[in-house]
Amino acid sequence: MEKSETLKQYRDRVDNALDNQFLRSAMDKFAIAYRESRKNAFKGMDIDILIAEVAAIKRDAIRKGDELFEQFKSVAEKNGVHVHLAATAKDANEIIAKIARDTGSQKIIKSKSMTAEEIHLNKWLENEGIEVTETDLGEWIVQLRHEGPSHMVMPAIHLSRFQVAELFSGVTGREQSGEIERLVKVARAELREKFVEADMGITGANFAVADTGTVGIVTNEGNARLVTTLPKVHVALVGIDKLLPTMKEALTVLKVLPRNATGQRLTSYVTWITGPSEYSGSGVSCLSDNDRAALNKREMHIVFLDNGRKKIASDPDFAQILQCVRCGACANVCPVYRMVGGHTLGYIYIGAIGLITTYFFHGAEHARNLVQNCTNCGACKAVCAAGIDLPRLIKEVHARIQDEQGHPLKSLMLGRVLRDRALFHSLLRAAAIAQRPVTGGTPYLRHLPLIFFKEHNFRTLPAIVKVPFRQRWSRVKSGAQKRAITKKTLRSGSEIVVNPEKKPLRVGIFSGCVQDFVYPEQLEAGIKVIADSGVDITLEFPMGQSCCGLPALMMGEKEAARDVAIQNINAFKVYDLDYVVTLCASCASHLKHALPMLAGNQARDLADKVIPFSQFMNQTLEPQSVRSENDNITDITQHSRVITQKRVTWHSPCHLCRGLGIKDDPKQLIEKTGHIFVQAKEEETCCGFGGSFSANFPAISKEILATKLDDAEKTGADILVTECPGCVMQLRGGALSQKRNFRVIHLSELLSGKS
Amino acid sequence: MEAQPSERQDIEAEFKEKATLVSALIHEADSISAAFNMALSLCKKGGTIAAPEMEASIYELIEIVCRKNGITLLKDGLRKYTSGIDMGITFADFGIAETGTIVLCSDSEDKRLATMISDIHVALLYRSDIRATALEMADEFSALTARASSYTAFITGASRTADIERVLAIGVHGPLELHIIIITETSNPIAENVKIVEQGA
Repeated sequence: MEKSETLKQYRDRVDNALDNQFLRSAMDKFAIAYRESRKNAFKGMDIDILIAEVAAIKRDAIRKGDELFEQFKSVAEKNGVHVHLAATAKDANEIIAKIARDTGSQKIIKSKSMTAEEIHLNKWLENEGIEVTETDLGEWIVQLRHEGPSHMVMPAIHLSRFQVAELFSGVTGREQSGEIERLVKVARAELREKFVEADMGITGANFAVADTGTVGIVTNEGNARLVTTLPKVHVALVGIDKLLPTMKEALTVLKVLPRNATGQRLTSYVTWITGPSEYSGSGVSCLSDNDRAALNKREMHIVFLDNGRKKIASDPDFAQILQCVRCGACANVCPVYRMVGGHTLGYIYIGAIGLITTYFFHGAEHARNLVQNCTNCGACKAVCAAGIDLPRLIKEVHARIQDEQGHPLKSLMLGRVLRDRALFHSLLRAAAIAQRPVTGGTPYLRHLPLIFFKEHNFRTLPAIVKVPFRQRWSRVKSGAQKRAITKKTLRSGSEIVVNPEKKPLRVGIFSGCVQDFVYPEQLEAGIKVIADSGVDITLEFPMGQSCCGLPALMMGEKEAARDVAIQNINAFKVYDLDYVVTLCASCASHLKHALPMLAGNQARDLADKVIPFSQFMNQTLEPQSVRSENDNITDITQHSRVITQKRVTWHSPCHLCRGLGIKDDPKQLIEKTGHIFVQAKEEETCCGFGGSFSANFPAISKEILATKLDDAEKTGADILVTECPGCVMQLRGGALSQKRNFRVIHLSELLSGKS
Repeated sequence: MEAQPSERQDIEAEFKEKATLVSALIHEADSISAAFNMALSLCKKGGTIAAPEMEASIYELIEIVCRKNGITLLKDGLRKYTSGIDMGITFADFGIAETGTIVLCSDSEDKRLATMISDIHVALLYRSDIRATALEMADEFSALTARASSYTAFITGASRTADIERVLAIGVHGPLELHIIIITETSNPIAENVKIVEQGA
C-alpha cells in the first residue's frame, strides 16, 4: 500500500499516466463514445426528472437507513439469511474470514464488488491462506496484474488487448494472441474451473430491498449468477447506503444506473436473490423433490458495511454522497480522468465521487493530493445519476483537509492577500510595474507558484496592465454615457421614444480581478456594447468590489472566500441595482451559487441580481431595445454590415453552460453579428484552466488544452469566442504558443466589432 | 389495467425491437409444441439439451424429437454438466418491452444452471406476459421476489463483456446466444404454478 504521497510524487505518477499513449487514446475514444451512447440510452426520457427522482429516493432511504436496515434484517433472517452489520472495514473482513473458516471454505470466487475493494477484502482473505479468484473479466485481469480497478464498471479499461494476451499466456502456459474474442474464451474456460471448485462465492449488491429482504446484483457477464449458484456458501457484502424501501425504488434506480454507467438500457443480467436458494451440491439426492429443496439450501450471509457511512449520513454537507449509485459516470465525463485514467484519479473509488469518498473511507492522507486534481468544470455534477453536487464537495473536502492538516503557505498567503483588497490591489499594481507578478497562488496571475514548475510555459501568459479597469472607470463611464445619448438621439427620430416615465435600468458591473487587471479591454468592449443598445441604463462600478473569492475556494481557503464574499456584498448593497453584470462566467457562477452558501441570506440580493453578460445582452437588453420596427435591433447588427464575415466558433465556459445553465444566448448573439457560426463538437468540454488547477497540474492542463484547441481547429474557424477571461487566458495562451491559426477573443470584443 | 389491443401491439413491437438491439434472436410460435419444435431445430444433432422444470406432457412431446435427432435430454442434475451443454430451454415469466428483457423466476438450481452453462439459451415467453416497463410490474415482481429462496433474473441479451478495450464480446460466462420464442397460446403452465405456490405461501 502506498505511503502518504507528496504532491510532487503524485504529480510524477500523473505525468507517467500522461505519457501512456495507449491509455490516452483509449480514454479519449471512450469519452467521446460514452456521450453518444448515453444520449441514445436515455432517448425519449426526461433525464432531469428521472435523476431528481433517484436523488429523492436515495436521500429518503439514507435518512431512514437504520429503520430500513432493521426491516431488511428481520425479513431476511426469517428467510434464513445470516445478516451481519460491520462497523468498520476490519470488522467486515473479520466477519467474512470467520464465515470462510466456519464453513471450511478454502477457495472463494467473487463477482465484482467495489465495496470489497474498499475494505481490501482479497488481501485479508489471502493472508488467511484462502485462494480468492475474481470472475468479472476486467477484475480478474487486474487481479492477475496485482492492480486495482481503474474504472468503477470497466476495471481494466487502461489495458490493451496485447497486455491481456501476454498476461493470459502466462496464466495458461500457452501463447495467446491479441484476438479479443479468443481472450474472452480463454477467461471463460479458465474461470469455469474456478467456479466449479469454489466453496464460497462473494458478491456485492447494487440494491438491498428492505421489505422483501432481496439483494439485486447488476452484471453484464453473468458471473454473479454462477458465483451465487455453484458454491455452497454465498456472502453478499453490501454498503448500508444500498438499502431501499421496496422494489419500486430499486427498479427506478435501475432505470438510470446502466444507462448512465455504460449507455446500456439494461445490463445483460440483473439477479434478485431473496434468501438461500436451492443447492444440490451436498450430495443428498435420494430424497423426494420437496424434501431435497428444503434440505439442500445454500448458506447465505449478508454483511452490511458501515465503515463511516452512518457518520456521513448525519453530516448535512456530505450526506448526499451516499446517494451515489456507483455508475462511474462522473469519471466518464471528467476532463482529468480522460487524460490520466483511474489509477491516478482515485484511490479505490474513482472519478469525482472517488475524490470525496477517499477522504471518508480511506483517510485524508490518500485524498490530500487527489482533491486538488479537479478543474471544477462541473461535468460530473451535470451527469451524476443521483444529483450530487460533486465539484462543491470536492472543494469542501480540500478545505477540511487543510483545516485538519494545516494550510500550505501559498494558499495561506493567497487567503491573506485576498482578504485585504487594498493590499491585493497594490500588489497587483506593483506587479504591473515590475511586470513580474508576485501574487502567489492567484490562479490568473499564477506566476509565483509556476516558477517552480518547469512545464508552466505551455501557454503564453499575459502581463498585468499598467492601468487597471477600476482606474479607467470614470473615463469609461462618461464615454458610455456619450454613446448612449447619441443612441437616444437617433431613436427620437423614430416614433416611439424612450419612455421618460420609465426609470433607467440600474446596472452594476462586477469585473473580477482578471478583467480588472489583465483584460480591461474586455470590459470596455462590453460596456460599449451595452451603451450602444440604446436602452436607458445607469452604470455603476462599486470600487469596494474585490476578487469574487472562487480562487480562495479552489485552494481550500473557505474562510478567506467568505470574507471576500462579504466585502463584495457590502460593496454592492448601497447601490440599489437592478442587475449586476459580469463578463466572467466563473465570477458569475460563484457569486450566484457559492455566495449564499458562504455568507447566508445577506448574499441573496447580490446573488439574485448577478447575470452573465451574454444573458443580459440577449434576454434583458434585446427585448427592450426592439422598440420600433424602423429601429435597428441593436448595434450588433449594425456592425455586421461593416465587417467581413468570419467563421466563429464558441467555447462554452464550464461555469456558464453548467454553472449557470446558459447555453444558447452567446451563440444567438454570435449569429446576430452576421458572422458564420460554426459549432465545435466539444464546445462544452473544459479548457483545462481551472484556476489553481492549471498551476498545480500544468501537464494535465496542457493536454486538456491541446484537445480543446484541436476540437476548435477542426471547425475551420477564424475566431474562437468565449465568455470568461480565465478561458481566454488559457485558450489564447495555448493558441499563441501552439501557433494555431485562429484567434481567441471574448464575446464582448466580438460584439463590439472586433474580429 | 388491461392494455388495449393496439397498445399491446406497440408493446410487443417494442419488446422485439429492444431485444433485437441487444442481439437476442426473436421467433414466434402459435403453440407450445410449435415452440419446442422450433427450439429443438436450433440444437445440433447429437447435442445435449437441458429442459428442467417442465410438465410431463412436454417431456413426452420433446423426447420423441430428441431421440430422433440423437439429442440427449436432461431434466435435472445439471450440476454434473458445468463444463457446458449445447442448449437450455426455459419458460420465462415475463417480458419487459422497454428494455427487451425476459424475467425468469429460477428458484430451481437446474433452471438457473440451464440458463448459465448452455451455449444457447432458448426462452419461451407467452405473448400475454409481455409488459411495457419494469416499473409497471413492480407489484407483481415484488410478490415474486418476496418468497423466501426466490432467485429471479432479468436477462437482456446474451452474456457480454466489453472489459478488453471496450470491444463487445459475447458469452464470457453465460450463453453465447439468447433466443426468445414468443408463444401466442394464452395459458402459461409455469405462471400457474407460481400462482399456486404464492397462494400456498
